[in-house]
Amino acid sequence: MTPLALGLLNVFFVLLVSLTLAAGLIWVERRLLALWQDRYGPNRVGPLGLLQVLADAIKILTKQDWIPPFADRAVFVIAPGVIMVTVLLSLAVVPITPAIGVVDLNVGLLFFLAMSSLGVYSVVLAGWSSDSKYALLGALRAAAQMLSYEVFMGLSLMGVVLIAGSFDLRKIVDAQARLWFCIPQLVGFVVFLIAGIAETRRLPFDLPEAESELVAGFHTEYSGMKFGMFFVGEYLGVILISAMITTLFFGGWRGPFLPPIVWFLIKTFAFIAFFVLLRASLPRPRYDQLMAYGWKLLLPLSLLNLAVTAAVVIAIHHGGGA
Amino acid sequence: MLSQLQTLWLIFLHLFHRRVTVEYPEHKAYLPPRWRGRIILSRDPDGEERCVACYLCAVACPVDCIALHATEDEHGRRFPDFYRINFSRCIFCGYCEEACPTYAIQLTPDYEMSEYRRHNLVYEKEDLLISGQGKYPGYNFYRVAGLAIGGKDKGEAENERPPVDLKKLVP
Repeated sequence: MTPLALGLLNVFFVLLVSLTLAAGLIWVERRLLALWQDRYGPNRVGPLGLLQVLADAIKILTKQDWIPPFADRAVFVIAPGVIMVTVLLSLAVVPITPAIGVVDLNVGLLFFLAMSSLGVYSVVLAGWSSDSKYALLGALRAAAQMLSYEVFMGLSLMGVVLIAGSFDLRKIVDAQARLWFCIPQLVGFVVFLIAGIAETRRLPFDLPEAESELVAGFHTEYSGMKFGMFFVGEYLGVILISAMITTLFFGGWRGPFLPPIVWFLIKTFAFIAFFVLLRASLPRPRYDQLMAYGWKLLLPLSLLNLAVTAAVVIAIHHGGGA
Repeated sequence: MLSQLQTLWLIFLHLFHRRVTVEYPEHKAYLPPRWRGRIILSRDPDGEERCVACYLCAVACPVDCIALHATEDEHGRRFPDFYRINFSRCIFCGYCEEACPTYAIQLTPDYEMSEYRRHNLVYEKEDLLISGQGKYPGYNFYRVAGLAIGGKDKGEAENERPPVDLKKLVP
């Protein structure tokens, strides 16, 4: 097979699998939430309720696609697309197995951070173009939350970069051949996990769309497939963060006996399930608590982690040589 | 932080708890006999209608969903010539059952009465009448009541003394 055909195959494989998984997560999340609430969840449509995904898709695609007359039409239409594009672009740099992965960038980690920063635009533009107070309040919160949590999201990853000595995600996975980074970088892992939840605006950090206060936050005015895009974008974000945690801290595709793709999927799914578990258990914090928690606890913690990691790396490299 | 981790763990353990859901069409929850469901009209032990068309149920009904019209047969027994319950209005409060002096109207533990057309929820007498006696077996209003009907004069009911002759002095 020519490299071009192989590349295209990779692209379509990753695109198809991630979009299918994102749609399937609707069912997974509802089933898992139900299990943790002593219910069954959707189990009627098809085997185990799996066709619920299809039913939801048909429903959301046939809904009226309505744009409120007071909205800024162009921006209103573009906003849901932005989140899909940025998250899908981030997924391109994730190394799934030694053979699968859309592109190998030597700054893959930076690309991921850049794309997740661009994702904020989607939320802010959606809230702004809706011209509705709830949407605007949601967008304000989203902007503040995502920008502040992005700061130490990047910082928490620098420890990994220091140890692996590269921004290339494949090199980072290779550097975990002996020891997964979740052990030397436990603090980095915890901080990244929390920042990742905040980035994807999942509970308990779903303040931008807190339905008890803001109706639905930034996507209050959206309906039909445009709302569906936000929905799928959120699930894609969950997949992305889980995949990144797997790649950066849990050795990516590495594991005994099973083929690499299975290991990658198992690890990723474990974190997706953890995201759902968080939603099932924790209440939403107050907004000032969220901000204080970020700036006063997590930022110093990630800076400290970075400093200590840097010191240890220098001590090992230079202490041994000198 | 510790309490939040504890919460996560406790919620996770719910994975292994028993489900509270009753999967309805396959499994049905037990309903007590006094459940207030679909309304029926019962018959007495002789197989006659118990309803004497006294209108008390229609009066008691807070949503006016009961409509009936009384008539009499050749023996002087009252019965409704039509009896209609509009179940799209009925709130299953059971006041009709409480008001009924003859145990004729009764609520049953049946609730599966969904329809695609609203007018199918209007039940006529033939839909409401059952062949049995419902919750009060053995009860026959005309056999215990002092009312005279064809084939049963005054004083011939169960536990009833013959009527006092007002024109005699002897008690």
